[in-house]
Amino acid sequence: MTWVNDVVQGILLGGYYGIIACGLALMFGVMRIINLAHGDIAVLGAYLMYLLLEHWNVSPFIALIPVLPVMLALGYVLQRLILQRSLRSGVLTPLLATFGVSIVIQNALEQGFGPDVQSLGGQTGSLVTAAWQINSQVSIAALSALIFGAAVVIYGALQFFLARTAAGRRMRAAAEDPDTAELVGIDSRAVYARATAIAVGIATIGGLALALRTTFSPYAGPDQLIFAFEAVVIGGLGASLWGALLGGIVLGVAQTVGAQINPEWSVLAGHIVFLVVLVSPRGGLLTLRSGGGGGARAALQRLRAS
Amino acid sequence: MSLLSVDSLVLRHGLLEAVRGVSLQIEPGEVLSLVGANGAGKTTLLRGLAGAHRPASGTISFDGQDITRMPAHRRVRQGIALVPEGRRLFANLTVEENLLVARRGAAPGRWDVEAVYAALPMLGPLRRRRAATLSGGEQQATAIGRALMTNPRLLLIDELSLGLAPVAIDDVYASLRGVIGDGMTVLLVDQDFSRAAAISDRVVCMLEGRFVLAGKAAELTREQITEAYFGLHDRGVVA
Repeated sequence: MTWVNDVVQGILLGGYYGIIACGLALMFGVMRIINLAHGDIAVLGAYLMYLLLEHWNVSPFIALIPVLPVMLALGYVLQRLILQRSLRSGVLTPLLATFGVSIVIQNALEQGFGPDVQSLGGQTGSLVTAAWQINSQVSIAALSALIFGAAVVIYGALQFFLARTAAGRRMRAAAEDPDTAELVGIDSRAVYARATAIAVGIATIGGLALALRTTFSPYAGPDQLIFAFEAVVIGGLGASLWGALLGGIVLGVAQTVGAQINPEWSVLAGHIVFLVVLVSPRGGLLTLRSGGGGGARAALQRLRAS
Repeated sequence: MSLLSVDSLVLRHGLLEAVRGVSLQIEPGEVLSLVGANGAGKTTLLRGLAGAHRPASGTISFDGQDITRMPAHRRVRQGIALVPEGRRLFANLTVEENLLVARRGAAPGRWDVEAVYAALPMLGPLRRRRAATLSGGEQQATAIGRALMTNPRLLLIDELSLGLAPVAIDDVYASLRGVIGDGMTVLLVDQDFSRAAAISDRVVCMLEGRFVLAGKAAELTREQITEAYFGLHDRGVVA
């Protein structure tokens, strides 16, 4: 029965990875930008909420309300001022640009907040400790369930936005062919900036989840980025939106089951699953409907072709 | 006043001068055919007019307004639409979504999804199909419909019949005739010269980035156009 519990915990952990991976997958899917600062952006969001909570004695969920629009605006400006310019000169430049942004955020956070480890878990009252005991072996923590539920809501909302709304339609069109999108009256740059804003907004929610379930420090970003990146690749590299959540769940289950075998194997088991998926012929759980080949491989070919 | 007025326009691909100082006026309601061999600069000129290619020099005015530096998506709102070579539909969007994405940046006017289905009846039954699954003729009709959704006053069409089956060519020309009948101003590029000339008021022939011949479609002979098309006159092959 401990295995059942491991799988349940792994699935719930996958909800967190899914939230972190969502914005990364969106930016890659729409603009072919691999945002190396994604984890740091999540941590930056966590620090902004931490800053508010130092002066304002409310729940961290309330702190998210003012922080979210600030981060959305930051994402919009990030795209307009930095990433859009870098997109002009090939695929490598945006990667380097986001690497630079990552370093700037990490050092700015250390400068502003010091190197200490922080957490917001203590300010949510009973939420952090509450749990449902399903039976003698399986118990579900309220916070984990909440984060998983948030992941499903985020993916569902994004799916609805992309599939059913006019702005989402334009985003899909600009993702497919930005030049032609311009020719039918779509301001591709504004659409890209909106996509980055959404990605940064979702990363901020991921930052809140991180801050509630564990601790964070100015240099916590890259670890989050690696898990997010692995979730996106396992899920099929932007081939399908839900793939990133599914990839997060696979990663989470691999980690909890690995930890059950040997506590030292937790993170390693996740990396091994990631590598196995990367080299497998299908290259991702949900691969592209068109194009035939593996999602990861097809995406790499697209990168080479451009 | 001319709807479109182009003066000494130069367009470059790097060091290559694809369009070498052309000037052109198009009157409202006029249908103009642009003919020329591959590499003559027709596509580059159309993309330059649509705003997808920044000019090196020269000016473009549309309805009296200088639009030389205006980005493509804003020219759409002014009323210029391009049906690009190779259709360039959004392959993963449905036919209807391909039409609807063009609505936001559109100029005010009468075209909406239902008007497009009425003008291009073959599209109605296909509205839920993904564009990637359409035949060439169906794709071209969708591309024309998508351009109409922006309520253009000037419709630029690049290679209308290229790659289409003969029966599909009849269909897209029939569709185009319907649109022209409504008074649309059209600048048409097509390899199929006789069909293009048949619906045009005026023909301009382009060779190596320059206009070498222009005249009323009804007055130009096939021989004149063939000479201009291949540049035979320049080289003294035809005396």
